[in-house]
Order: sequence, then structure tokens, then C-alpha cells
Amino acid sequence: MNFVRRTEALPIAIFLVLALAPVAASFGAETYLLNLFTRVMIYGIAALALDFLCGYGGLVSFGHAAFVGIGAYTAAIFGAHGVSEIAITLPVALIVSALFAYLTGTVCLRTKSVYFIMITLAFGQMIYFVAGSLSPYGGDDGLTLKLRSTLFGFPILQNDRALYYAVLLFLLGSYLLLRAVVASRFGRVFRGSKENPTRMATIGFHVFSYQRVAYVIAGCLGGLSGFLLANATEFVSPSYMSWQRSGELIIMVLFGGIGTLHGAIVGAAAFLLLEDMLGGITENWKLIFGPMLVLIVLFARGGLLGLATSIKERLSRG
Amino acid sequence: MSFTLLIVQTLNGLQFGVLLFLIAAGLTLVFGVMDFINLAHGVQYMLGAYLAVMFYALTGNFLIALVAALGAALLLGLLLEFTVFRHLYDRDHLEQVIATFGIILFLNQGVKVVWGAAPLSLPIPDMFAGTVVLSPGILYPVWRLMIIGSGLAVALILYLLVTRTRVGMLVRAGATHANIVSALGVDIRRLFMIVFGFGTMLAAFAGVMIAPILSVEPGMGDSVLILAFVVIVIGGIGSMRGAFIAALLIGLVDTLGRSFAIDILRLVMPPSPARTVGPAIASMLIYVLMALVLYFRPAGLFPAKGR
Repeated sequence: MNFVRRTEALPIAIFLVLALAPVAASFGAETYLLNLFTRVMIYGIAALALDFLCGYGGLVSFGHAAFVGIGAYTAAIFGAHGVSEIAITLPVALIVSALFAYLTGTVCLRTKSVYFIMITLAFGQMIYFVAGSLSPYGGDDGLTLKLRSTLFGFPILQNDRALYYAVLLFLLGSYLLLRAVVASRFGRVFRGSKENPTRMATIGFHVFSYQRVAYVIAGCLGGLSGFLLANATEFVSPSYMSWQRSGELIIMVLFGGIGTLHGAIVGAAAFLLLEDMLGGITENWKLIFGPMLVLIVLFARGGLLGLATSIKERLSRG
Repeated sequence: MSFTLLIVQTLNGLQFGVLLFLIAAGLTLVFGVMDFINLAHGVQYMLGAYLAVMFYALTGNFLIALVAALGAALLLGLLLEFTVFRHLYDRDHLEQVIATFGIILFLNQGVKVVWGAAPLSLPIPDMFAGTVVLSPGILYPVWRLMIIGSGLAVALILYLLVTRTRVGMLVRAGATHANIVSALGVDIRRLFMIVFGFGTMLAAFAGVMIAPILSVEPGMGDSVLILAFVVIVIGGIGSMRGAFIAALLIGLVDTLGRSFAIDILRLVMPPSPARTVGPAIASMLIYVLMALVLYFRPAGLFPAKGR
């Protein structure tokens, strides 16, 4: 392990596993596994963005599913009008997400801690109800995509495996982007605003604008995730942006260990695989999952990766 | 839009606002005193409704069902406080959110397992079943008036409790200076427990009162919970007065917005787009209101002093 720094080993391993998963899947229930892992990566993008906000900026957004919904609905609404060109729909999805993030961020970021949680929650709920009242686009029942997005007219995402690798590329891109942002001067100011906003303001930084830019970045990535989700499921509905979804995104971040970025991907995988597994055991999987969350909060601080680290430390000490 | 409809919808808005106040009051107290964000508060409202349905089926008497449901909800609430919430007061808000979210998942599903996924209903007590003539041509259900009346009564009692009693004084002091209150020799944990139990009962009471006019179903607490959040954020977290005013405001704006949005839009645009845009705007209205309030007053209309 000398050729890579220890801290890099885990992210590299995660992406290697994701890159090779389709090969392994081809020996088993291929479609099912491909779909599951595509979903993992799509939610991974949204969770990454949320981890960026919570873990580095201390901004716990309880409305992040709104952006997923905006991205998904942009793809679907364009699709309903016969436009499925990525070169048009994806930029629009990102711009709409960015606009929503900018506008709501302007209000939300004026508030702190619990107020912030509740306001982001409320804005998420607002978008949820708006989507539910869009009767030309299915209302509460949602909307089916006639075909997946095309690039310059070519249906490149039609194949499940092609979609998988496209999503993987987007995930990798998002991860590298956020790493670069976190490491940049901007990222340092943003992290400083979590530790001590007063001091950052005293040094001369306009903390609010930094936070708002970060909020817009996270919103765009949420929109990207939603855009991909609509393509993967070929269906959108208001439930994509229900507040439970926002809660699930937070759970993913917490599962993976907050403020690590790659942890969010692990968390998304852990959450979706667990949901899938428990759902296979009993229809009432939430009866098991709910108490599990409580136990994790009470006893496993630092998420799964944190748990692994503390076990490793205990073993190496003992 | 006729005048009759306006009066009826205003009363409906008032009834909705009062209901929101009953839920928000507990939430804002619990948050104000304990700095604890309890997502599971909406589940307690749902449990109140379900317990009332159960006890009504057993006894056939609404009053007994109400009292028994409140007692049982209180016990369940205290059980949760004792086993889970108590260990969360010192944690950060993120962890509180996740743990109470877990409890929501569990209880929503638990209710489905115990009572089934199909909506249940509770009959209106015979005494209050009819309608009352407000003025010639305007009929209004008595039960909705009962909800408004009992909600206002609870608001008055709460006001007296908080401003005139020793416990109320401690609650007010605890909301702003919990450490000092504790240092002065008050058992703050016991105070927390009293406040929590009280909040639970208020939410359950709201659930029982609304059960006869809404269907009792799993997840019924979730949407109300978020509206209660909007209420306490607008009112100022920890402020009872703020919660009361904001609850009535939200109740009225939401109800009136939903009934008249299409009609109002038709004044400025053709009927068919108005029918499409109207419901969307109506459902956004209270959030826009919240955004406006917070833009100008980030700590709500009546911020509790000291935070």
C-alpha cells in the first residue's frame, strides 16, 4: 500500500468495486443487480452533495430531495414534450436546480441550526406539493418517461449497462469536483464557516455568499442525481421529493460517516442494500429499520466507517 | 366567490389553525425548553387518533375514549422519553433528527400492522353531530365549532399555566437559561419530563378531536408535523404566543388560499390556465409566507428572548 496514500485507498477501492460490479453481476441476476447499483450510485451523488453541505459546512439540509425531484421532473417534463436531448435537458435541469437553490438559499441561509433544518424541510415540502398539483404532468400519480435521454440523437443510455457506466462517470466526476472544492481556498473558507462563522466574518469573509455558493453547488448535484434517477427508473413522481426521501439522504450521509465524501457513497450503498435486504425478509421492514436507526445514533457515532475505524483501533490496541 | 363560502371557509381555516396550534404548542415547548427537535411529535398526534378509535370501539363512549386515549398517549410518550429521547438531549440536532425519524418509521409501520393500512373513522358524538345555523342560509357543523372552542380553551389554559404558575415560570426560565435554572436547584430533567408529557397530550388531544372529521390512517401525522414546523418557525421557536398567532395565520391562509386561488387568478388570466396554476400556487402560499417572514425576521415573529 505504499504507492497510494492510506486515505486514498478507500475511495479508490469504492470506485474499483463499482467499475467491476457489472462484470460480477453478469454471472448472477444481472438486470436486478445493475438496477440496484445504478440506484446506489445515483443516490450516492445526492448524498455526496448533502455530505458536502452537512459535513463541511454544518448546513443540515432536510430538503435535499427537492433538488432530486427538480432534476427528475425537468427530464420528465421535457420528455413529455418530446425533447430528450441531454445537451438540452441536462443543462436546463442544472440551471433550474441552481436557481431554486439560489432563491431558497437566500432565505434559508439567513437562519441557523434548527431553523435551517426546518426551513429547508418546508421548502422541500413546497416543491413536493407543487409537483403533486401539476395535473398536466400526472399530478400525484407521476409521469412515465417515454424514452431515456439521448445524446445528439443517439440513444446511448438505452442499454442498462451503458446507463450504469454513464452514472458511474457522473458519480466520479461529482466526487472529484467536490474534493477539489473542499481542498480549494473556497472550501477552506466554507469549512471555516462551520467551525467559527464569527471569526470568518471578522477576518473579512462574507460567510453568507460562500455558503450560498456551496448551497447552489450541492443543489446542482442534487438535480443531476434526479435527472439520472428519472432516466434509470423511466418514471417520476412527487414521492421522489417527499420529506422522507430527504430524511433518507441524511441517513445515508450519517451511515457513511459525515464529512468524508466517499463515506456518503458507502452510506448510500449501505442504506439501499439494507432496505432491499430487509424488504426481502418482511414487508414490514421499517419495524426493523426504525429501531436500528435509533440504535445507530445512540451507539455508533461516526457512522459505519467510523465504527470500522474504532473496531480496528481497538483490535490493534488489544 | 360568495360571501357565505367566505364565512364558512374562514371558520374552516380557524379550525385548522387551532388544530395546528395544539400540535405546534407541544413542539415549541419541547424545543424551547430542551433544545430538542422531535420529529416524532406528529406520530403522537396519529397515536392519539388511533387510540381514540380503539377505546371508542371498546366502550362506545366518546368521552371515555378521549380520556383513555390521552392517558395511553401520555404513557407511550413518557415511555419513549425514558427509553430514547432522554439520551438525545445533549446530542446535536442532526442525530436527534435521525433518531426521531427512526421512531416515525417504526410507529407508522407499527400502526399499519396493529390496525391495518385501511383508513378508520371515529363517529362524531351524538350531542354534537348536527349543524348549526350561523345566519340565514349558512349552516356549519357543530363539531368543527367544538374543535375551535376547545382549542381556544386550551390556548387560554396554556397561557395561564405559562404566565401564572410556578411550573410555567420555570418553563419560561428554562427556555432561555436552562443551565442557570438547573444551577438554582431545579430538577431540570423532571421539568423536561413534565413539559414533554404535556406536549404529547396536546398532540394526542388534537388527534382525537380531528379523528371524527378526517380519516385515521398511517402517516396522518407527517404532513401536519411539517405544517407545525412552519408554524413554530414563523412564530419564533419557543414562543407560545408566536405559535398561536402563526397557527391561526397558517390555518387561514392555507384554507382560504385553497378555496379561492382559482377564482382570484381568473380575474387576471383565462379560466383554463387558472385552473392549472391555481392549485400549485395555493399549495405554495404558506411556504412563501414563511419565506417572507424569515427574510425580514430570521428568528420568527416573536423570538424567545436570549436565543
